[in-house]
Amino acid sequence: MSVETSKDVERFPIPNPGLEEHVERFTDVDKAAGDRAYHQIVMMLASVPVLAIAFVVVYFAVPKETYLSVFADRYNAQNLLLGLTGGLAVLLIGVAVIHWARTLMSDEEMVEDRHFAASPDADREEIAADLAWGIEQTGIARRGMIGKALAGALGVLALPALVPLADLGPWPTAELRKETIEKTIWAPGMRLVNDVTYQPLKASDLEVGQLVNAQPEKLHDLHGTAFQVEKSKSSIIIVRMDPNTIKIPESRKDWHVGGILCYSKICTHVGCPISLWEQQTHHLLCPCHQSTFDLGNSGLVVFGPAARALPQLAITTDAEGYLIAKGPFTVPVGPSYFERDSSLDFKEGDQ
Amino acid sequence: MAEPTTVSSTSPALDVKTPEQPAGINKLAGPATWVDDRLPLASMFKYKNKANFYVKKVFPDHWSFLLGEIALYSFIILLLTGIFLTIWFKPSMAEIEYEGSYQLMRGLPMSEAFASTLALSFDIRGGLLVRQIHHWAAMLFVASATIHMLRVFFTGAFRKPRELNWLIGVGMFSMSLIEGFAGYSLPDDLLSGTGLRFVDGLIRSIPLIGTWAEFFIFGGEFPGDLVIARLYMVHILLVPALLLGLVVAHLALVIYHKHTHYPGPGRTDRNVVGYPFFPIYVAKAGGFFFIVFGVSILMGATMSINPVWKFGPYNPAQVTAGSQPDWYMGWVEGAIRIMPNWEWHLAGTTWSWNVVLPGMGLMGLLFGVLGAYPFIEAWITGDKNEHHVLDRPRNVPNRTGLGVAGMTMYSMFWLAGGNDILATQFKLSLNQVTEFMRIAVFVAPVIAFLITKRICLSLQRADAERVLHGSESGVIERAPDGSYSEAHVPITNDEAFTLTQHEQYPALQAGPSLDANGVRNKGKGVSALRARASRWYFGQEITKPTAAEIEQAKHHADEDESTKALGH
Ligand code: HEM
Ligand code: FES
Repeated sequence: MSVETSKDVERFPIPNPGLEEHVERFTDVDKAAGDRAYHQIVMMLASVPVLAIAFVVVYFAVPKETYLSVFADRYNAQNLLLGLTGGLAVLLIGVAVIHWARTLMSDEEMVEDRHFAASPDADREEIAADLAWGIEQTGIARRGMIGKALAGALGVLALPALVPLADLGPWPTAELRKETIEKTIWAPGMRLVNDVTYQPLKASDLEVGQLVNAQPEKLHDLHGTAFQVEKSKSSIIIVRMDPNTIKIPESRKDWHVGGILCYSKICTHVGCPISLWEQQTHHLLCPCHQSTFDLGNSGLVVFGPAARALPQLAITTDAEGYLIAKGPFTVPVGPSYFERDSSLDFKEGDQ
Repeated sequence: MAEPTTVSSTSPALDVKTPEQPAGINKLAGPATWVDDRLPLASMFKYKNKANFYVKKVFPDHWSFLLGEIALYSFIILLLTGIFLTIWFKPSMAEIEYEGSYQLMRGLPMSEAFASTLALSFDIRGGLLVRQIHHWAAMLFVASATIHMLRVFFTGAFRKPRELNWLIGVGMFSMSLIEGFAGYSLPDDLLSGTGLRFVDGLIRSIPLIGTWAEFFIFGGEFPGDLVIARLYMVHILLVPALLLGLVVAHLALVIYHKHTHYPGPGRTDRNVVGYPFFPIYVAKAGGFFFIVFGVSILMGATMSINPVWKFGPYNPAQVTAGSQPDWYMGWVEGAIRIMPNWEWHLAGTTWSWNVVLPGMGLMGLLFGVLGAYPFIEAWITGDKNEHHVLDRPRNVPNRTGLGVAGMTMYSMFWLAGGNDILATQFKLSLNQVTEFMRIAVFVAPVIAFLITKRICLSLQRADAERVLHGSESGVIERAPDGSYSEAHVPITNDEAFTLTQHEQYPALQAGPSLDANGVRNKGKGVSALRARASRWYFGQEITKPTAAEIEQAKHHADEDESTKALGH
């Protein structure tokens, strides 16, 4: 097939020696070795039915809640035994067949010619001629408007095809945003309750340095989707710090109760609930991407990818001494979004 | 058609004959004959027809060709186990009270999706096994596809005529990430909810349309009650169907182009050396499918993965410390973590570059660069030939260097995804690790490139050395004049051919359509930029020994031998 040309000599300084010599395998020359491989393969395949029956036995006989301890780990017995029997059965088929291919089937290399990926010129010309003939048959050259009209008609079909997707979700117009992502159920007088027990909280429940996860009292009345949606926004953290060690700007001097401050728990980066509290520094760290907020300084970002301060909730106490919200959040909680200029949120230096 | 007016007397129609069975088909068994009577498979697939696929088609053999096979088989395993899971899984976010057999959660409100995942794990026999096989196979799928892609990259298997198949591969790769993410979200446990929250933030950050995209995808505010059903559709219908179509196209192209082979004696760009599809590959590839499947089952049996009952149902106010996405999303996570907190404010709007650049931007960049690479390289080299013999990575130092640089960048982003773990492990401050990573993602790839290129060049030099002077024998000889030298033994002709089989091209020259360089840039002007790129790409290459040099070296060696012989 390949005739060496002077060009080839330049490209390949060593002439192509052709395929390497075929070396016979042990199993080719030694009958005993061949027979051994043969027996191994048959034995492997013969164990598959045994394992398959064991699988069925395990399925019916091993109770679901049995556990086995192997080394330090605890395994569900049924899962382990089903997997071991089934897995080994499948694996053995594979090993047996590959063993067969490698030891007993021929391993002599074969050579096959390649063709160029491209069609030969003659074929291209023939196809081009056929197509030209077909186009000629349609008469489109003379009655060109048909083609344009058809292309236009097909193109415009995108409209009815895509427009119904407009109902994928409600449209986040300014009004809807006001009712959804810009709103939480926090309202004046709403009590702050413990995140787990829903018990209302008193100032005396918190010691200096302590952080409590909390929710609006009304969250408890919600269920299903409404509950999840609301919890994704209105979750808060309450911290008590020594008022003399923190910075409280003039505009927020009535927002706290004796050093008890309340912030949104939803990270302004991409919305993880923030949880890691460093008492000494008053820093709150988001476990997702480590944005760090200074709760002793109006929730400003001190580190990490978040760009906005944590929204603070103004609180006070009611007649019975329970902590309550003075009003809703003054800015939307959670990640920034396009339609609102978040540069007006609280920044370093604001009073 | 018109009837013939006359019938020639020699027409076979006049001969009286009993119909005869074609002899060959009789060799086939009954059912095969039945099929072949209706569908002439034998004619379609016989070797002499030189059809694209025939039973004796030759496939070359190499361990690195198994990587794509692993990806294919784990995809099949995912289809099989996935169908089993769909029988019980309920893609619903409706709230129910859990009544199943996992004691610790009885009476808790949770979504039906989570409850049905618990049912699969605790109430349906074999359900946990299949869930775990499914998840392990997903890991295997993404991992093997990634390594397979690296193999194709470093050996230059994406070159003409295989660019289209490379693009199909990039498409499958990107889709597998979507598929994996969608699957990870389905059980609606704490981790999957946290992942969804992250994606919600990611989508929201897209300039102009972010809020709209968020509301459209989630059917309103996060989390809403639609997204799991929608992701379910994506996970079990949309993406698997697309993947399946692409897999078929990918394999069809492999068959049509024939597999590439590594350089070696007898291997050229005009042939393919290997073993016949039937019986060798049917046995080897078929057997390998069972091995991959068997290993996945054993993994599902012995290695716990995604134990959702330990995380609990999704709770928007909770996050487990160290909550991490599946590993293949780790690089995006890392980029998000180390990105400076840039935000723009323009005319009453906010542009969240801190999220959209590392999230959407980086993913777009990776797939964009991957997709464009074959065309960029061809533009630089001006190479329009078909290639079927693979490159040894050392012989293409710049490509290999770029590949390693890309891998390094990916790894740096990936490591940054564990910046908190790094900080605690190495007792550093998180800030230091993050600052370091911000620099490392740009500097480390450059260093990696330079080092890799150096290594490639010295390997090339060593190859040339071997061809000219043979391999070091390890025997030190003392010459009569007292000097020492190591004796070299000539390498085999087969090896010498393998080491000199790669092509070396001159760099493109800038200039008008007139060709300074022979055929290669005929008919097309080469811009100064392109010529510069080409000079950089080919510069510094170690020219492989020419036939004359090899001849001369041989001559030298012979002379040495004879002088030595005389000396004794
Ligand atoms: C490339 C393909 C695929 C990947 C990467 C993938 C990945 C995943 C992952 C990571 C999970 C979470 C599993 C867990 O609970 O730990 C999952 C769940 C699931 N997948 Fe797939 N999958 C793929 C294909 C399929 C196909 C083809 C089907 C169905 C025909 C399917 C059906 C399911 C179902 C029903 C679940 C939810 C069950 C559960 O979580 O317990 N998957 N998938
Ligand atoms: S979500 Fe808090 S840092 Fe990313």
